[in-house]
Amino acid sequence: MRILCCVKRVPAPGARINVTADGLAVDAAHLGFTTSPHEECGVEEAVQITERTGGEVTVLTLGPAEAAEQLRYAASVGAHHGVLIQTDGAAWDPQRTARALTAAIEALEESGGPFDLILFGNESADSGGFQVGVRVCYSLGRPIVNGIKGIEIDGSTLRARREIDGGFEVYELAMPAALGVKEGINLPRYPTMRGRLASKKLAITTMEIDAEVGGQALVRLHRPAETLSQTTILGHGPEAAPAVVDVLEELGVL
Amino acid sequence: MLLVVLEHDRGTLGEAGREALTFGRTLAAKMDVEMHAAVIGAGAPDAAGPDGIASEAGDHGAVRVHTVDDGVLSDFGPEAWGESIAQITRFLAPDAVLACGSERGNEVIAQAAVRLDAPMVANCTDITPPGTGGGQWAMTRVQWGGSLLEDATLDAAGPALLTCALHTVASSPVKPAPSAPPPVQRLDVELPPELARTVVKEHVVLEAGVTLPTAPVVVGGGRGVGSAEGFAPLEELAELLGGRVGCSRAVTNNGWRPHSDQVGQTGTRIAPEIYIASGISGAIQHWVGAMGSKHILAVNIDPEANMVVKADWAVIGDLHQVIPAVSAEIRRRWS
Repeated sequence: MRILCCVKRVPAPGARINVTADGLAVDAAHLGFTTSPHEECGVEEAVQITERTGGEVTVLTLGPAEAAEQLRYAASVGAHHGVLIQTDGAAWDPQRTARALTAAIEALEESGGPFDLILFGNESADSGGFQVGVRVCYSLGRPIVNGIKGIEIDGSTLRARREIDGGFEVYELAMPAALGVKEGINLPRYPTMRGRLASKKLAITTMEIDAEVGGQALVRLHRPAETLSQTTILGHGPEAAPAVVDVLEELGVL
Repeated sequence: MLLVVLEHDRGTLGEAGREALTFGRTLAAKMDVEMHAAVIGAGAPDAAGPDGIASEAGDHGAVRVHTVDDGVLSDFGPEAWGESIAQITRFLAPDAVLACGSERGNEVIAQAAVRLDAPMVANCTDITPPGTGGGQWAMTRVQWGGSLLEDATLDAAGPALLTCALHTVASSPVKPAPSAPPPVQRLDVELPPELARTVVKEHVVLEAGVTLPTAPVVVGGGRGVGSAEGFAPLEELAELLGGRVGCSRAVTNNGWRPHSDQVGQTGTRIAPEIYIASGISGAIQHWVGAMGSKHILAVNIDPEANMVVKADWAVIGDLHQVIPAVSAEIRRRWS
């Protein structure tokens, strides 16, 4: 199987996110970067599938030159090829991103043959536009279902599972097809030393693709007003239990 | 006209649909237009019936309901729903289309947007329509699951395609209640049969009763719980309170709990009456899943922990001692 995973490089925030002075980006001066979590699971799923059925995993990202780190990370956990659509690092709107990814995928399929399966993250951890995968697949004429937390492959058919409140739904798609996956589909592995070493040798294909700007534009990022609650300390240790139960009684949840 | 696409489960209007109508009411007033609702798929034929969606949509402010039904729409299917929305949008020519930014809501509006070759702005918390004479829409939308807000603009040649972030508003009916249900109009669409390729094949119900997103009480455990076995006292307390156990991402990454128990940006958004967060530091990833809780009680050995600082109440101490003591106190009062 030929599988393509689209991933996004995002900052890795801790307890607080700060914004740059111009309000156009997250201040990443003291933050590391990572692969958006749903997409990290997408790469793991693709690697697991090719470990079972054979085939190759290509990872595609759009971002600054540094996004090569996320491609190398994917290679360190088993991906075979990395492709970077290099930008100056400024945020691209969802339509522009989708147009560039579509052009890249068409070029990759022209040279290497069609991908049986394309995996997107359900949404990116940062901008969360909830649409890039859907847009790319419509342009490619390929079916896509989002929210997927389980994939079974039966010949040329995908059985995909989506959680709903109190149960799940199953979709059946004939490949070639695409899925938007969510964290929880698997538990991504950590890279091995051998994987890390191999990833350093990964030959990354760099593409330069510009695309028409879409209709949504970022003006400014800001932190929501924090509702500073005064925390009432009910006590220390198990002696606080009666005070806790008083609160529960007051709220009427007992 | 503002067209609100209603999320429903085979004919039963969900909270997401009511939220979209409640949010849409304010938006329609700002736009100075009527609010209509669209009901797509199974359930649409009965929309006007006594238990149909139309009267509930009317109670929440829709003055007209449009229904779409087709053989391909036997159950939810993102492509078939998106194509239906695109077709009725071309026909009705609304000024804007809105759905709740739930997983399905965002998915189907994206499917409609690409078919209309139009931009879509997901998860808005506030929307300002263009002034008279046209121009740009302005909105505030959610990034990082709600940890950051983005002021954005939208240039749309046709209708603006929008979703409102989940739980931006609490749903509420209009007062006084309308005297009669809104008129229902059936619209015909032509759906390519191949769109059945993404319609739900099986629908499996796993559990009846309380689920994590709807539980009135959630007892959460984080890294501080220390092991899978360490969750037993949390399970016990949750059971006593008729609630559910939740956990942080560190817990699922350690394999102590299934991912379906994870509260957070990449897990479940909870909205209980009270969230008892024990041994959880309160990183951004977890906080955005927990911040919909009406009240928070933190149990932590660290009085400076983010979760303690943001909580309404806190107990400073070891959860392994505090949680069993709370269960024991509840039993003592009941006996």
